[in-house]
Order: sequence, then structure tokens, then C-alpha cells
Amino acid sequence: MRIWRHRLFWPSAALVVLVAVNAIARPQFLRITLQDGELYGALIDILRNSAPLMLVALGMTIVIATRGIDLSVGAVMAVSGAVALTIIDGSGDPGATGTVLVAVVVALLVSLVLGAWNGFLVSALGIQPIVATLVLMLAGRGVALLITGGFITTVNSAPLAYIASGYLTVLPFAFIISVVVITALGLVERRTALGVLTEAVGINPEASRLAGVRSRGIIWGAYMVSGVLAGLAGIIYASNIKAADANAAGFLIELYAILAVVLGGTSLAGGKFSIAGTVIGVLIIQTLDSTILFLGVPSAQSPVFFAFVVVAVVIAQSPRTRNALRALGGARRPRAAASVQDRPKVEVAS
Amino acid sequence: MSAAMTGTVAAERPTSTFQTFLSRRAGMMPTFAALIILVLLFVGAEAFLRGDFITPGNISALLLDNAYLVILAVGMTFVILTAGIDLSVGSVMAFTGILGAQLLARGVPAWLAIVTMLAGGAVIGLLIGTLVQYFSVQPFIASLAGLFLARGLAYVVSLSSIKVENTGVLWLQTNRIRVGDWYITPTGLIALLTVAVAAFVLHLTRFGRTIYAIGGNEQSARLMGLDVGRTKVAAYVISGFCGGLSGLVLTAYSGAGYPRNGIGTELDAIAAVVIGGTLLTGGRGYVLGSLVGVFVYGTIKTIISFMGAEQSWMQIIIGALLLLFIVVQRAIVARSEQRR
Repeated sequence: MRIWRHRLFWPSAALVVLVAVNAIARPQFLRITLQDGELYGALIDILRNSAPLMLVALGMTIVIATRGIDLSVGAVMAVSGAVALTIIDGSGDPGATGTVLVAVVVALLVSLVLGAWNGFLVSALGIQPIVATLVLMLAGRGVALLITGGFITTVNSAPLAYIASGYLTVLPFAFIISVVVITALGLVERRTALGVLTEAVGINPEASRLAGVRSRGIIWGAYMVSGVLAGLAGIIYASNIKAADANAAGFLIELYAILAVVLGGTSLAGGKFSIAGTVIGVLIIQTLDSTILFLGVPSAQSPVFFAFVVVAVVIAQSPRTRNALRALGGARRPRAAASVQDRPKVEVAS
Repeated sequence: MSAAMTGTVAAERPTSTFQTFLSRRAGMMPTFAALIILVLLFVGAEAFLRGDFITPGNISALLLDNAYLVILAVGMTFVILTAGIDLSVGSVMAFTGILGAQLLARGVPAWLAIVTMLAGGAVIGLLIGTLVQYFSVQPFIASLAGLFLARGLAYVVSLSSIKVENTGVLWLQTNRIRVGDWYITPTGLIALLTVAVAAFVLHLTRFGRTIYAIGGNEQSARLMGLDVGRTKVAAYVISGFCGGLSGLVLTAYSGAGYPRNGIGTELDAIAAVVIGGTLLTGGRGYVLGSLVGVFVYGTIKTIISFMGAEQSWMQIIIGALLLLFIVVQRAIVARSEQRR
């Protein structure tokens, strides 16, 4: 089989190359050590630090599959972190596990409501997803600032800190959260009809509605999933810095999440989506981030690298380049240019 | 539902000039609504702040403080009219601003620095336009690449702010042309001139009408034999150029280049354009509406700072206004679809 034709081939190759370059440039990159039954190392750091982006990007994948986009994820992260930390800060016992659990549940419920609001604007009112979610993107941080009273709420709570920096057996808890979410989403989308229905809505909303798919509910649900996952990401972020920073939480994360989804081979035009692709996309971004840091480039200048990555990826994915490559391959090996219908015949002939 | 009802009323009584006007000029309604909101804001602020608001000084300052946003919104209008979007403008403004400040600090003549700033913005616009038109990249992603590129380049030029000492550039801001209590600076004139040129180009040139045609229906525009490709690229180049121009204006306004300028300004510009009545689906809207949109935005900002309220309310109010306008626009679009 032509393995390079698989849609996950190029993203995976990019990730492997990136890891290989790192491994050659700094041999300690691949080293993973076991201390007190907990794993440490650069690769483990990448897995743990990628958790917020992973959750946001997974939600974004589902939304993009319905032909939508969710710009409000960063703002939802800020609101969720603000809600959770304000509750913990206001309670009598910030260190109690019960307090933190209540705070997390309430923050997730608020995020669910925010996601439902986006879904309402898009599916019930029929507003363009970009504009509909722009509303919350602009207003959300204001709401988060109101909740924290304009300050950065800091909290000292062991159960809260555990979410981002704790270990469950040998692996970081934040990474376990990502794995659980990836697995749950993968099972729900790929082992039930939901994934196919979501793709149907994304490919042609009108046709799928006429075919009896409840597209309104599916779109609505996608934004709610995105909201909840962004809320969870917000809690992990707040837990990591032990504070609710309404301005910095999830800043620009919507752009990186969209980038991860596109890197993973999911088209922004909706329809076919790949959860595995998004996971690879997130890991590429996180590894690239770690590489840039290692190179000693000021982190402020790192967007230049991302710009080149985006341009390279979109040019590689564009129909024009594909056609040009196919023509080039065809000139050298005429058989390779055979169309899909001809392929069986060619294989028989050879 | 109410939209459908007014529609039938208009059909029953076609003699009413007001109704005819409403149905013929449905596309202008959002812009009128923005104008009405602007007037209401002024009157409300005047009443609330006991006659301290509508003063020549305040209104002159409104244009002055938002000149850079006016220019960005004009460029954004071109792109949005073609049913595209340009997320890069805020970063382009920061990049060209810091680039200009750096060049001036190195002793490059002012005219050359200004030309470089404008060209720098236009080149990033050209890159985005090429990706959109010739590589079929979605405008959102292509301009996202532009955003990352410009923001990163701004930090490559300098990590900290650079003061501008050049008298020629500072003159753009410090030279106040006074008429009574009113005043305007060259930066304000540049902003108004940009709006005037853009309005002329959009309404009275072949290029401008092609922009509207592309936004209306790109396929039809192509079949009509219009030069869709070049026009679309040009729209992004114009937006990039406006980014460079606003970088110049902001540098003159603040007297320094700063790589962290304009973070999130692209959203302000988009919000101003949408509030001004331009539909994000393309093909409908007016550059004068965008000017009104910026004034609505600027007035809310001024009122909030007058009242001493927290800055967080600014974001919430702008978000709420945006929501109001897109719902109104949605109703208008739904109505005109029903009419067909």
C-alpha cells in the first residue's frame, strides 16, 4: 500500500522529524528518568504541558467538523478559571478536596452554558460561527475580569495544584486527563454513528437535514463539547499557575488550536475530521514550542516559526500544489498518475 | 417573524414612500441603525454627564484617538466585502510601527522609513492574498499566518519600545490645525482622506464594483469576465497597506514604536466594520458605515473612561453591541431571502 497516501502520514512524519532533530541536537531530549515512581524528562514535559491545548483542540475539531469554528475558547478558559478560583478563594477551606471538586464542577457547568450559548447563536439563529463566537470572545474576558474583580486571584490549594502538576501512578495527572478525553471522544465519535452524522452535517447541512439527521442538535452539541473542554483546559491552566489571570489565560489559544486541527489534516471547510490527526497536530506545536525555547530564541519571536509552519502546511495541502506534484510524478512515472478508477487495472498490468 | 410581517405590510401598501425606501434600501439599514446608535450614545452621554460630553474638544479627540482604527477598518472593509477576513492587521500595525521607529532611530530619512512601512504592510497583504487566491487557503488561516509572521517580525525588529525623535513624523501628530475650539491633526486628516479615497474607489471605479460583485457571488463575477483573482489579491494588499499606514499614524500618535501594540486590534476593527453594517458574508456594506462603527466604538470607550467604570465593561458592551448588530443583520438577510 502507498503509505504516504494515508492522511496521517505527513503530520506523523513532521512530528517524527521534529523529535529526531531534537534528539540529535540535544541527546538528553529522549531521556526519561524514573524518580520516586514518577516519570520525568523533556518528552514527559511536552505531554503534560500540551494538556490545555489538547483539550481545546479536540473540542475545536468537533466544531470544525460541523463547518463551524469556535473563537471563544480562550475566553471560556478565562471564565472557567476565574469561576473555579473565586469559589476556592471564597470558601473557608481552600485545601479541602471537596471544595476543589465543587469549584471544578461549577466551572465546568458555566463553561457548558457558554458553549450552549454559542451553539444557540449558530444553530438556532443561524449566525455565522466566526461572528457568533466572536461575541463571547470579546465579552468573555470582560466577564472573567468582573468575576475576579479585576485582580489576579491567587490560591494556595494542594488539590488544585495536583490537577496540573500531580502524578497519578507514574504519569502526570494532566496527561491522564488528555488521554481520558481523547479515548472518550474517540469512542463516542467513532464507535457510534455520531461521528458519521457530524461529518454529514459538515459536508452538507441542508442535505443531511433533508435526510433526517438532526443537524441542529448535532451542531449545538458540538459547541457545548467545545465549551466544556475549554473550561477543563482553563482549570488546568489556572491550576498550573495557581492563579486566575483573566487576561493571560488561554490567550491566542484559539489560533493555536485551529492550527493544530489544520495540521492534523482536518479541513476548515468541515466534514471529515480526524481526532488522531489533531492529537498529532497538538504534539507538533508543543514540540516546536519546546524546540524554539531550546534554540534560545526569545519566546516572543516564536510566532515567526509558526508562520512558516502554517504557510508550508497550507501550501502542501493546497489543490494547486497537489496537482503540480501529481503532474511532476506523472511525467516521471506515468502509472503513478493514474486516476482512482484506473488503479486496479494498473496493478493488474504490473 | 416580525420581519415577515413588515414585508407583507409593504406589499399591501406600496404607496408609502417610507415603506418603499425601507424595502429598496434594506442593505443600508444596519448602517442607519449604527448612525442612530451613535446619536443616541452622544445624546445619552450628554444628558447623563450634564452637558460635558458634546464639546468640540471631545469630538476632535474622538477622531484623533481612533485614527489608526479608522484606517484599519477601511482596509478590513475591502477584505470583508469580498467575503474574506484579515486577522493580521493589528500585528501588521505593530510590525510596521516598530520597523519605522527602528529605521528612524538608525538615521534613515523619514520619507524612506514611511515608504518602507507602507511597503512592508502591503507585502504581508500580498502574501495573504496570494495564499487565499492561488493556493485556495481559507482567508482565516492565511491571515492567521500573516498575524503570526507580523507579530514575530515585530519582536525580531526589537523586543522593547523605541522612541521616535524624528520631527517630520511627530509633526503628523503635534501640528494641530485649529478652527475655533475644533482641531485636527495631519493623522486625523490621513484617516479621513483614507475613508474618502476608499469610498470613491468602492463606488465609482471598476475595481470597487468588482469587489462588491465578488462578495455577492464569486462564481457569477468570474463568469461575467471580471478579474476575480487580481481583485481579491488587491483587497488583501489594500488591507495590508492600511495596516502599514495605521502603523505610521499610531507611531506618530504615541511617539514610539512598540512590538506589543495592537494585540487584539484586528477584533476591534472587525467589530467596528460589523457594527457599521457590513455583512461578513460579503457583498454588502459601506466604508462610511465602518467610519460610523469606529466612532460608536470610540464613543463607548470615551463614555466608559468618563464614568470611571472598569475596563472590563468595555469588552462586555462591545460584545453585546456586536451581538445586537449581527442579530439585526441576520433578520435583514433572512427577509431578503424570503423576498426572492
